[in-house]
Amino acid sequence: MCGICGCGQPGNAVTIRKIDLKKVNLKKVTPLGAVAPLYHDDHDHHHDHAPTANQVPGKTVLQIEQDILGKNNLLAERNRGFFEAKNILALNLVSSPGSGKTALLERTLADLKNEIPCYVIEGDQQTSNDADRIAATGAEVVQINTGKGCHLEADMVNEAMRQLKPTDGSLLFIENVGNLVCPAMFDLGEGARVVIISVTEGDDKPLKYPDMFHSSQLCIINKIDLLPYVNFSVEKAKEYARRVSHITEFIEVSATTGTGMEKWYAWLKKRRNA
Amino acid sequence: MHELSIIASIVEIAEAEVEKAGAQRVESIELEIGELAGIEFSALDFAWEVGVSQSVLEGAERHIHRIGGEARCSECENIFDMQALYDPCPKCGSYFSEIIKGKELSVKALTVT
Ligand SMILES: Nc1nc2c(ncn2[C@@H]2O[C@H](COP(=O)(O)OP(=O)(O)OP(=O)(O)O)[C@@H](O)[C@H]2O)c(=O)[nH]1
Ligand SMILES: [Mg+2]
Ligand SMILES: [Zn+2]
Repeated sequence: MCGICGCGQPGNAVTIRKIDLKKVNLKKVTPLGAVAPLYHDDHDHHHDHAPTANQVPGKTVLQIEQDILGKNNLLAERNRGFFEAKNILALNLVSSPGSGKTALLERTLADLKNEIPCYVIEGDQQTSNDADRIAATGAEVVQINTGKGCHLEADMVNEAMRQLKPTDGSLLFIENVGNLVCPAMFDLGEGARVVIISVTEGDDKPLKYPDMFHSSQLCIINKIDLLPYVNFSVEKAKEYARRVSHITEFIEVSATTGTGMEKWYAWLKKRRNA
Repeated sequence: MHELSIIASIVEIAEAEVEKAGAQRVESIELEIGELAGIEFSALDFAWEVGVSQSVLEGAERHIHRIGGEARCSECENIFDMQALYDPCPKCGSYFSEIIKGKELSVKALTVT
């Protein structure tokens, strides 16, 4: 399951690439000038394949009790330590495909980037479409393509950070692969997990995908501009989300019209100074 | 389907252990998986053969200890069986609870030869 070397699963090569902002048509906004000093931390992800000599004859039972997610969790903790040391607020944005993660980020970057340094990691199975959309706002962004992988893992984020080099005190948005199931299990080292649902998806999403809501700290309800046209009860969605999780904070927004975005920014700022 | 990457992690653990022990292959593997761990057991079954092919786990016998979910109600302290994360406390009806069992996801043991 090594996202960096792609050694775990054949045919499932992961690629991680920073978008070159010099080659991007900026959408009327100026790119962030400052780039962090180079990191001297080399790629030290290694494989423990040293041969051992002690041949055991016959059958041996090894009681190992090893956490299957142990390696990911360990790397996630390393990422978390890095974020804490640099006072970076890292957010893992999760949702079904098309809930508006990228739209939310485009809007957020346009509104906040002169105030707070912002960085983005985009996770998608294929294409750099989302990273290109983000780059057009002038924000530094790395695209991770997971190939057949349906979620981001901590090692991918670690590698992406080496390319991104976020500055102290910045905001790091990690847009996970659009999928309400798989990303739930994989800690990336984020400071908070934000689940996004849109009103076109049905208000019972929290009950259908409880794991994702269970592991999130904030729920954003997006596309509220479409509420008049769909059968979606905001109150019901909140009620269901409260059943499966301890989420107490909900923010209703429209990423396209901008309604409610100030509450999201207030949340970000509060969280950043916490 | 994250079960495939879970299997890849199991393979990684098994390969490292086989090598450490100087063994050749795994005869059987014991897994402990909680019912609230986020693993779809049928998906795990479905992906297993492909996931372990050409690894030390190919052909290994697989034993899964399924651990049922258990939670402690945050309101009344009642301990109850939890099948799904949205199950309320049967005593007081509260949805606020803390999971105490069912999140397990580990390789317990390997029999290597
Ligand atoms: N009406 C309306 N449309 C929105 C809103 N937010 C996003 N959309 C539209 O929803 C579609 C999907 O938005 P994206 O931002 O690409 O969604 P995403 O979650 O990033 O999608 P994936 O990365 O593919 O998972 C686009 O056509 C957006 O324009 C909103 O608040 N209101
Ligand atoms: Mg997107
Ligand atoms: Zn109770």
